[in-house]
Amino acid sequence: MATLELGIRDKVVVAPARERSRGLGLLFWAAIAWIVIIFAVAILADLLPLPSPTDMDMLEKRAAFSAAHWLGTDGLGRDELARLIFGARSSLVVGLCAPVIGVVIGGALGVLAGYFRGRFETLVVGSQDVLLAFPPLILALAVTAYLGQSIFNLTLILGVLGIPAFTRVARAATLALSRREFVIAAQALGATHARILLRELLPNVLLPLTAFFLVGVAITIVGEGALSFLGLGVPPPEPSWGSMIGEGRESLDIAPRLAFLPAIAMFLSVLSFNLVGDRLRALTDPRQGTL
Amino acid sequence: MTVSALLSVEDVAVDLPTPRGNLRAVDHVDLSVAAGQTLGIVGESGCGKTMLSRAILQLLPKQARLAGRVLFDGQDLLRLSARALRKLRARSLAVVFQDPMTSLNPVLTVGTQLMETLREHLALDHSAARARSIALLAEVGIPAPEQRLTQYPHELSGGMRQRVAIAIALSCEPRLLIADEPTTALDVTIQAQILDLLAREQRRRHMAMILITHDLGVVAGRTDEVAVMYAGRVVERAPTPKLFKRMRMPYTQALLAAIPRLDAPPHAPLPAISGRPPDPTRPLEGCSFSPRCRHAGPRCHREKPVLRDLEEADHHYACFNPLKIAAGLGS
Amino acid sequence: MLGFLARRLLYLVPVLLAVSLLTFLIASLLPGDLAYVILGDQATPEKVAALRHDMGLDQPIWWRYLGWLGHVLEGDLGRSFRTGQTVLQAVSERLPVSIELMLLAEGIGLLVGVPLAIACAARAGGAFDRFVTGTAFGMLSVPTFLSAILLIYLFAVELHLLPATGYVPLAEDPLANLRFFVLPALTLGLAEWPTIMRVLRSDMIATLQEDYVALARAKGLTPWRILFVHALKPSSLTLVTVTGINIGRLIGGAVIVESIFALPGIGRLIVGAIYTRDLVILQGAVLLVAAGFVVVNVIVDMLYAVLDPRIRHGHA
Repeated sequence: MATLELGIRDKVVVAPARERSRGLGLLFWAAIAWIVIIFAVAILADLLPLPSPTDMDMLEKRAAFSAAHWLGTDGLGRDELARLIFGARSSLVVGLCAPVIGVVIGGALGVLAGYFRGRFETLVVGSQDVLLAFPPLILALAVTAYLGQSIFNLTLILGVLGIPAFTRVARAATLALSRREFVIAAQALGATHARILLRELLPNVLLPLTAFFLVGVAITIVGEGALSFLGLGVPPPEPSWGSMIGEGRESLDIAPRLAFLPAIAMFLSVLSFNLVGDRLRALTDPRQGTL
Repeated sequence: MTVSALLSVEDVAVDLPTPRGNLRAVDHVDLSVAAGQTLGIVGESGCGKTMLSRAILQLLPKQARLAGRVLFDGQDLLRLSARALRKLRARSLAVVFQDPMTSLNPVLTVGTQLMETLREHLALDHSAARARSIALLAEVGIPAPEQRLTQYPHELSGGMRQRVAIAIALSCEPRLLIADEPTTALDVTIQAQILDLLAREQRRRHMAMILITHDLGVVAGRTDEVAVMYAGRVVERAPTPKLFKRMRMPYTQALLAAIPRLDAPPHAPLPAISGRPPDPTRPLEGCSFSPRCRHAGPRCHREKPVLRDLEEADHHYACFNPLKIAAGLGS
Repeated sequence: MLGFLARRLLYLVPVLLAVSLLTFLIASLLPGDLAYVILGDQATPEKVAALRHDMGLDQPIWWRYLGWLGHVLEGDLGRSFRTGQTVLQAVSERLPVSIELMLLAEGIGLLVGVPLAIACAARAGGAFDRFVTGTAFGMLSVPTFLSAILLIYLFAVELHLLPATGYVPLAEDPLANLRFFVLPALTLGLAEWPTIMRVLRSDMIATLQEDYVALARAKGLTPWRILFVHALKPSSLTLVTVTGINIGRLIGGAVIVESIFALPGIGRLIVGAIYTRDLVILQGAVLLVAAGFVVVNVIVDMLYAVLDPRIRHGHA
């Protein structure tokens, strides 16, 4: 299966001299800064002096920027800034919790598959090939449509959909490591499987997994955004960047900012997580570094 | 340096920037090859001989810095435009690399790789190029040459692949052929065949040749002049018979002694040269070989000896304590 | 080579079976009684029970699965309760739309990504390379629906150049049809080109450092020939894989674009079936999409042999 091969294919890329990463760079820290900012406002949202994100003011629909509403109001008169900030909260909750499911289950499966090989590995990889054959959005839609729309269900399905990717990363890392001497040495010394897995392999697999976790956060934010955009993600009236963009679509001709403000927020967040994840991945495995 | 030299390498130095500092791969080398003559360059791995060949061919990696002059037929190759240089290739300068498994493109047929050079430089049409390719393959001793044209490199044996590489190199009648360790990647039994093939073609075409190797035995009897390299420098240079009869550099002698001999008593220890070559990013003050040299004196550690022809006009060496005894193949 | 193909095809069988099982389970285990949904207002306990018996819904699940699978293997994927169409009819109506969208999108992705990749690899590390690579990375962080909104705003709302939604079949009016497809294909293409570019660029940079490229230079071949004949072919394996997987994915996976631009493709068919609880269509269409994806992957694997003669002769 083509998907089987991709994970283990070792491509050695010798970077030309100028491309070598010179430490972490300015963009990296800007990305970290943005992440800190949205985390801070998401956590402190309740404490900030903001109007409620769900209070509708029909007289002030699509109002321009003003002192009362710093970023104006949306199509139902709700404060845009407050909605943006509470939307950050929704996106971050889903964005962080879903990949946790993926990294725990997928990581475990991948490490076990890569270590024990044989029929267990074939079973794991085969079943993921099966799962990957289904369009993920369709699966997510089916689950939310039938099980009901809630943040919990959303997190669950996005988390499960992320398992194959984490499995692949963990398995690739384990395969590369288990051929190295320190594992063979530990086996020769009579260490049990559990000990090798926990003491030798896991610490070394954690690094690429963490890097990929961050990329997973970015992907999840996009997934949640897409579902919310279609009206099937975070249930209203709880704001979410995706649903704000979807609602803003109606007003593209008169008030494009209603779509573009949450769009910018989402883009910057996704970009930041991608950047940090990619830099970390470049540090842990110089061959895979792309920036 | 004779006036009629076809290739003249003058004071060439190659520097490579690395994370650990500047790497001086080639350190002020002077060489020359006359038309129809063979020059052998001998040295350990890492002595700079491959970098030197790449410098002559103008195929250095992008980060490398080249100083000095490389004159081919009086033209400085470094000053040539990219277009003029490209035109010079294959017709004047050709190369055979060490490992034909990696130097031949695995996804192109033998025929394509042979004919493209002919069509590029000799402007032959397809059928003329094809006929010439078959003739070339036959000349280098490949049986059933017509079938080979549609085969891929991995379908041929190692020796045959190298013959193909040689055919490619010879296809446009170059005036100078550089053979960079042409037999190192091959079976011992094939090595002599390939070397004989090279020598035969060279004589036939009155081609100049540079034979690069780590094995002194290879250059004996197959070259007109030998240059011994160590740590990026030429440390001894002489016409071949003279080098073997009256070698002056202790390093040359050590190289010779390190060749395993058929007539040595069984289980005789192989006289390897103790120690390792110096780290090219940290050049030594004195002679680069002094830490490993049995004859090293205090001056050797302090001063860098210069390549000079102190005794005879064509025998150059860089040593303060040269061997005085006539060291031939017998000692 | 035949052995290689045979093994690949053998692998298909258990995977396709598993796909069919999973599809059936998803459709069947979802809550909401189908009979209730169909009867709607007229649902009474007796009628529901009768309908359930008629439809075989009171049988054990594995029995129902085997029955359905049997029908599938005969070519009968079922008939929708809502529209009366068979699954095959519904899908084949929508398939041309999805295929056209997929071909145009992937085509745009390749048209943009491949030349950029070659140009970047030829001067790796230079200003152009860094700019393009950075842009590609940025593009990867733009979700599809975002670029769709942006493009709609630019071309439909502001410039009034292209329509925001709508569809006309190709056979009816090719020009109008293409007009409707420009924005959706562009949206998807913008999402495709970064991956294509990065993958090809990375492979080409590695290839350009190989000995055989150095020899090609030593032979005095033109830079064009070295790039396109010597370097491109050995570097295109990963690209072919990625393109193949993308094509397989896009047939059923362009749900968002189809929704935003109101294109009657397979993605929308399935989404519609989810809403109207048309489980027959849902089951059948999802099965076709998933199975198609698996088959495309196997075809991609087989393309390897064409591109790399070493694999053809078993010398991978």
